[in-house]
Order: sequence, then structure tokens, then C-alpha cells
Amino acid sequence: MSEIYRTVGLSRTYRNGSRSVAALVDASVTLQAGQRLGIVGESGSGKSTLIRLLAGLDRPTVGEVWFAGTQIDQLPERKLGFLRASVQMVFQDPRSSLNPRMKVGDIITEPLRSRLVRRQLDGRIDHRSRLAEVMADVDLPLDYADRYPHEFSGGQRQRIAIARALAPKPDVLIADEPVSALDVSVRAHVMNLLNDLVASHGLTLVVVGHDLMVVRHLCDSLLVMQSGRIVESGSADQVFHQPQTAYTRSLLAAIPRIRTGPDAPEPQSSE
Amino acid sequence: MKRFGLVTGICLVGLVILGAAVSLVWTPFDPIRVVPGQRLQPPGWPHLLGTDGFGIDTFSRLLVGARMCLVVGIISVSLAAVVGVPLGMLAGQAGGWVSEAVMRLADVVYAFPALLLAILLAAGFGASTVTAMVAIGVATMPAFARVARAGTLQVMASEFVVAARSSGTSPWGVAGRHVLPNIAPLIGVQASVGFAMAILAEAALSYLGLGTPRPTPTWGTMLRDAQQFLFVDPLQALWPGLAIALAVLGFNLLGDGLRDYLDPRLREVS
Repeated sequence: MSEIYRTVGLSRTYRNGSRSVAALVDASVTLQAGQRLGIVGESGSGKSTLIRLLAGLDRPTVGEVWFAGTQIDQLPERKLGFLRASVQMVFQDPRSSLNPRMKVGDIITEPLRSRLVRRQLDGRIDHRSRLAEVMADVDLPLDYADRYPHEFSGGQRQRIAIARALAPKPDVLIADEPVSALDVSVRAHVMNLLNDLVASHGLTLVVVGHDLMVVRHLCDSLLVMQSGRIVESGSADQVFHQPQTAYTRSLLAAIPRIRTGPDAPEPQSSE
Repeated sequence: MKRFGLVTGICLVGLVILGAAVSLVWTPFDPIRVVPGQRLQPPGWPHLLGTDGFGIDTFSRLLVGARMCLVVGIISVSLAAVVGVPLGMLAGQAGGWVSEAVMRLADVVYAFPALLLAILLAAGFGASTVTAMVAIGVATMPAFARVARAGTLQVMASEFVVAARSSGTSPWGVAGRHVLPNIAPLIGVQASVGFAMAILAEAALSYLGLGTPRPTPTWGTMLRDAQQFLFVDPLQALWPGLAIALAVLGFNLLGDGLRDYLDPRLREVS
């Protein structure tokens, strides 16, 4: 396996007037190609800040971000074409991550239209055929391309968002809480789809979530964050079965379980 | 009944447009030629709304005046939007000191009295429809810039813009594909309300002699002409006054109605 991401002592401090908030403190992460990394932690733990830095949407206060052997944290936007083409994001809420005034086909092919990405892909990708490919990837009929996002359900919209992320043939997919805004009934479907696509396209996956079961289902390694710091990291099995810190244990304890067996409470009859 | 305001607004605006369109091909009498024998006729036949102090048919002048009021509205609102909206979007997208600079500039223009600007322009270039339109357009630019900036900030905070940025879409692409289509309804509402203000301002400027000069009939000059006969023939002032009031009301109702109609939060309740 080759290393695709490496961060060194990454910190990000947000300044609001005279107050400053340390959103991320001294985070060092390495990610191998093909790895599936889950990042868990409560709101405000720095998960989103970390992936924004990985995606090159923000710049660190201190520290370095290396992607595929290049340090990206100081590069100007016009030199980030290779990053824009090979790292794509899927967001939490497909109601706000799809422009309501664009047709689905235009939404999905938008990454192909950016000049930075086009230069990177050398213009080899034909929009129409690529649109057909990725829509087939996410099980959406091609004639949906002429409709608008509001005509679709939450699960379908999230599949549109995934199709958009796949369009420029990325190497890395960063998913920010990809199923937590969806109905429980379609979560499993979207998760399985993500799972299959990551496997069949050989993608490197980063999933951010507060739901440990979702992350466990999708990932092979895990990063636990608390108030801007990485408090635990390791393989998913290791973190699940031998949690090293009290914080991780409390996160694990918060997973709801269905109790069965003799000590389970009797079902209440309404009569 | 829920859209009473919107429907009323559309009807009143439609009436103004209809009057202007009719005046292009036909007016009952010549709206410019002075007929000394027909001065100050009362409403009746053949002069539906009577004649003014020059013996010109008031109804004909009202129809032609509608044309001028639309021309002034369209041009001054377009001028304000074409300058104000891009500046507001720039402020909203760039943020930081650019935003500060643009918005403080807007404050300065907003604080400068529009009437004073009109007087300056009239003094420099002579009173004409063009100077009135420029003065009104410049005076309403800040409103467009503010609305555009507020809308842009809202759109820029949405995840589809982050998605676009993360796939390398340039600021121009974000502006054209994401921001502008999503703030267009806001701009439309502002244009409608701005139109009402422009009509009122043009009437005021013409009344003061800073706008369209005679003999071109506008509602403002009609008011001015009616003033000297106010005690002899008060109806002379009533007709252009009523026309201005209804047109302004129409565009305001249209703007308010559009705002309610386009606001998804209000729409989903129904």
C-alpha cells in the first residue's frame, strides 16, 4: 500500500474578534491508498475541520498536509487541480448539497466542467457518457438527469450527490455524515451502495460520523476525536473491542442495543 | 383570497402597461397640440377626463404619461440592478475588506440625498429624462447591492457551494451557476419595489422641473401644470395624482406578493 495522505502536527484556530477557538490541535494522520478511515467524535470535536483541511477547503494555522507526495496546505488554488480532481466529497444533507435550480445531469457533471479538473483529466472524459456511467453506478435511470433535485426523495438525492462525487474518477472520497440526514429505512441502502462503490472503484474512503455503527459498517480503521484532539486511533476491530480511553468507552456505551434473552423487559400490552 | 395583493398588483401594473401600449398606436386626441378654445373642459364627452389649461385632452396625456413612467422605471431599475447586484455579489463572495469597502461605498451613496444629486445633474447637463433616470438609478443602487449581498451570503453558506468549490469550480462559476440563479427571486422582488420608487421619484423630479421637460407629457409635469388651476379646476390634479398612486401601489403590491409567493417557507404551509 502506498501512502496517499499525511498530516503533520495539524492545528486550526478560528479567530472571532478577540476570542480564539482551537478547532483542531496537533493532528497527525496518515492514510494509505485503499484504506477506509472513520472519524468519530461529538459535535465540535474537530472532525469537520480535519476533513476541510484534507479537502483543501481551508488552510491550517500550523502544520502540513501532504497529498500523494505533494504538500498542499500552502499551494494557491490554481495549482490544486490534481487535488480537486482526485478528492471528492459527499455531504450530510442532500437537500442543501444539491443546487435546487440546477438539473440533476448538470449537478452530476459539474466537477467535469471546472477548468482545474478539466486540465487534470486532459479533456478525456466525455460528459454524456460519464453521466450515464455514474448514474448507472448509483442505480438511477438516465432520464432522471433532466429533472430537478426537489423531485427526488432523500435517499435518491444522496445517490445523486454520490454520482457527482464519482464523476471525475476520484481516488479519495470524503463523506461527511453521509447517511445521518436520511430516513432510517434508506440508510442501509445508501451505506451498502457506498460500500460497493468504494470496493469496485478501488477508492480510499474517509467517513465522518457520530454514529459508530455507520462508521463501523463502512470503515476498517478508526480515529476518535474529542475537543480538537485525536484521542485514539487504530483498526476498527481494535478500537471497538479494546478501547484505550474512557472517552471511547463512553461513545461505545452510547450505542443503543436491542436487548434479548431472559433479562429483556416484557413487551407491554396495551390492554 | 390569499393572493389578493399579488393579483391586485398584477392588475394595476397590467393597466399601466396597457395604457402605455395603447398610447403607442392611438390616443383620443393629440397629447401635445395646444387648443386654446378647449381650455379647462370638465370631464364628459368627447374629453373623458376633461382638458387642461392648454386645452389638451387629459386622458390622452395620461396614456402617454404611462409610457414615460414605464421607460423611466425600466431604465433606472436596470441601471441600479446592473451596477448594484454584481457589487453586492462581489461583497458577499469575497468577504473581508472587499465587502467592507463595497458596503461602506453603498452607505455613502445611500446617505447622499437623491434630490441633491438630481439637482446637480440637472445643473450640469440640463434637466432631461436621462438625468432623472441616472439620478434615480444611482440612488437605488445601494438597495440592490444590499439585497444581493444578503442573498449571496446565504447561498455561499450552503453545502452545494462547498461541493462546487471542492471540485474546483472557479468563483465565476459559483457566481453564475449557484449564486445568481438562487438570488434571482430576491432581485426580482427588489426590482418591483424599486420600480414603484422610481415612478414616484420621476413624478417628483418632473414636478420640480428637474425631469422630463415640456411638452412631453409625464404624470409629474401634469401635476405641475395642474397646480396653477388648483382652485379653479381641482380635478386637473386628481387624475395624474391618482395614476401615480395606483401605479406605485401596483408595483409595491406586486413586489410584496412575489416575495410571499416565492418564499418557500410560506409556500409549504399552504
